[in-house]
Amino acid sequence: MTDTFPADSVGLVTPQVAHFDDPFTFVNGAVLQSHQLVYETYGELNSAGDNAVLICHALSGSHHAAGFHSADERRPGWWDLAIGPGKPIDTARLFVVCSNNLGCCDGSSGPNTINPNTREAWGGQFPQPQVQDWVRSQKRLAEHLGITKWAAVIGGSLGGMQALQWTIDFPDWVGHCVALAAAPGLTAQNIAFNEIARHAILSDPDWREGAYLSEGTLPARGVALARMVGHLTYMSADGMSDRFGRELREGGFSPDENAEWVFQVESYLRHQGSRFSTQFDANTYVLMTRALDLFDLTGSQDGGLAAVLSRAQAEFLVASFSSDWRFPPQRSIEIRDALMAAGKPVTYANIETDNGHDGFLLPNPSYEQLLKEWMRRVGPS
Amino acid sequence: MDAQGGPLMNRLDLKTVLDWVPKNSRVLDLGCGDGAFLARLRDERNAIGVGVDIDPANLIAAVSKGLDVIQEDINDGLYCFTTNRFDVVVLAHALQELTHPHIALERMVDIGDEAIVSFPNFGHWLCRAHLGFKGRMPMSRAMPRHWYNTPNIHFCTVKDFESLCSDLKIDIIERATIAGAAQGLLGKWFPNLFATSAIYRIRRAGG
Repeated sequence: MTDTFPADSVGLVTPQVAHFDDPFTFVNGAVLQSHQLVYETYGELNSAGDNAVLICHALSGSHHAAGFHSADERRPGWWDLAIGPGKPIDTARLFVVCSNNLGCCDGSSGPNTINPNTREAWGGQFPQPQVQDWVRSQKRLAEHLGITKWAAVIGGSLGGMQALQWTIDFPDWVGHCVALAAAPGLTAQNIAFNEIARHAILSDPDWREGAYLSEGTLPARGVALARMVGHLTYMSADGMSDRFGRELREGGFSPDENAEWVFQVESYLRHQGSRFSTQFDANTYVLMTRALDLFDLTGSQDGGLAAVLSRAQAEFLVASFSSDWRFPPQRSIEIRDALMAAGKPVTYANIETDNGHDGFLLPNPSYEQLLKEWMRRVGPS
Repeated sequence: MDAQGGPLMNRLDLKTVLDWVPKNSRVLDLGCGDGAFLARLRDERNAIGVGVDIDPANLIAAVSKGLDVIQEDINDGLYCFTTNRFDVVVLAHALQELTHPHIALERMVDIGDEAIVSFPNFGHWLCRAHLGFKGRMPMSRAMPRHWYNTPNIHFCTVKDFESLCSDLKIDIIERATIAGAAQGLLGKWFPNLFATSAIYRIRRAGG
C-alpha cells in the first residue's frame, strides 16, 4: 500500500543487483574473479545524464538509504531524512544511487556470501577492502548504470571519506562533493577504539577464527560488545545526559544487599548491541574497521593534504558537528583548510548539535536547510 | 556579524567598496552577513567571492545565493586563509566589533593584495558632542545600542585608524568619507570631525 508512505518519501524501493564477471583486483593485490554489488536508486536519470548523485554509506550502513522495502517496514532507509522528493537531496530532480560496499554484509560480495572456489561462505577469507577499492568498484557500477559523471558524491563519516577519495581518484567524474563528519585519516584514538571493537569480536569463543558460518556458531557477544563501544563514540556526553541522565530502567537502589537496578543508558546500550549482533556480520565489522584504520587521504604525498586535494575538480561542502568527538570539527577544518590552500571552492559549516557524531543522520533544521540550499547548485538548474 | 544585513544594502560605504573592487577579482568578504553584498560583487563586478561569517542563519542565506561561505570566527585570526590568495579582502563596518582589530588588519593585508575597510567614525562632531556635553556614550540611529550591549567594542576615529596603519606599516592607498549633510568640503577637509563613516583601501607597505 504505497499510499501509506509520507508524501516526501521515495516510497517503496526494491534493491537491485549488478553482477561483474571481470576480475576485480584489490589495492592489496587480492583478486575476485567475479563479484556483485547490491544497490538502490531513487528518482530518474535524465537524458543528459547530468543529474546522478552517489551516496556513500558509513561503517554499518547499507544500500538502503531511503524509502521502504515494504509497507510493513517500521523504519525507512538510514538517510531518509535527506533523500526524497523536496528533501535536501531532491529525488524530484536528481537520480540517487546508493550501493552496499564490497566486503559488507547486506548483499554485495562479502564475508557472508559464497566463495565460488570453495562453495562455502568466504568468512575470514574475504579480501581486505580499502576505501580506494570501493571507489573503483562504484565506478564500475556507474558505468553499468550508464552514468558518465556524478553531479555529486555525498557521504557522512566513512562515507564522507569515500566521497573525498572519489574526487582525487577520478577527478573528472565528480562535480560536487559533500563530506559530513569526516576526517582526512584516523587518529591513534580512533584506531584504538576500533581495535577494542575487533578485540571484543576476536576473543569471543564463537568467533572460530572467522569461520563461524561454516562451523554453525555466531560471535554475537563479541559483536554486541563491539557495537556498544562503537555506539558510545557516536554520542556526545551532553546528549547522553539529556537523553538518559541517571534514570533507572528497572529496580531501585536500597540498603538491601540484594538490590538490583538497570540504568536507562545500560539498557539502551545492551539493546543496541544485541540488535546489531544478530543483524551485522562479524567478519564485515572487522574488515570495515580495518578499512577505516587504513584510510589516509594524505598518504606519503609531498605537500600534504592540500597537494592531494589539488587534483580534485569538484566543488565541496564540508560540515562538522559541534559535539562530535569521534571525528571532531577540527578534522573537517583540516579538510577545509587543505581545500582552500589548493584553491578549491568550498563551503564549511560547523553544525551546532548535542547529537555527537550521529549528528549527520539526525533531524536538525539548520543542518537540513544548509544541505538543501547547497544542493541547489548540484545537477541541471 | 550582521553588518551588511538586508536593509543596510543601501549603505553608502558599500557603494564605495563596490566601486573599488576591480572586475574579475577574487574577493574575501569578512562578516559577509546574508551574502547580499557578495552576490552584488559577483553579479556586477564578476567577482569570485568567498564569505566568512559565524552565524548559521547568515550562512544558509549566503549559500542559498549560490555563494561559498566559511563558518569561522574572524577573531580566531583567519589562519585558515593562506597568504595572498585574494585580490581584495573586505571588512565592511565590522572592524569595531572585533576583539583584536589590529591583528585582523594585519591578516587582511597578508591574505589579500589589497584590503578595503570601512568603519563608523567615532570622531564625528555628534559623537564628541554626545560625550562632551551630555557626558554619555554616544547613541544614534546607526548605533542604537547601549554601551553594555553593543557589539561595537572597539570604536576608533579617522585619526586613530590612520595612526594604527602607520604603526602596522600598512599603506593607505585611498580614503573616502561619508559625511551626510556635510558631504561637501567639510567632510573632505575635516574628515575626523564631519565624516560619519570612513572607507579605506590599504595594503602592506612596500607591497
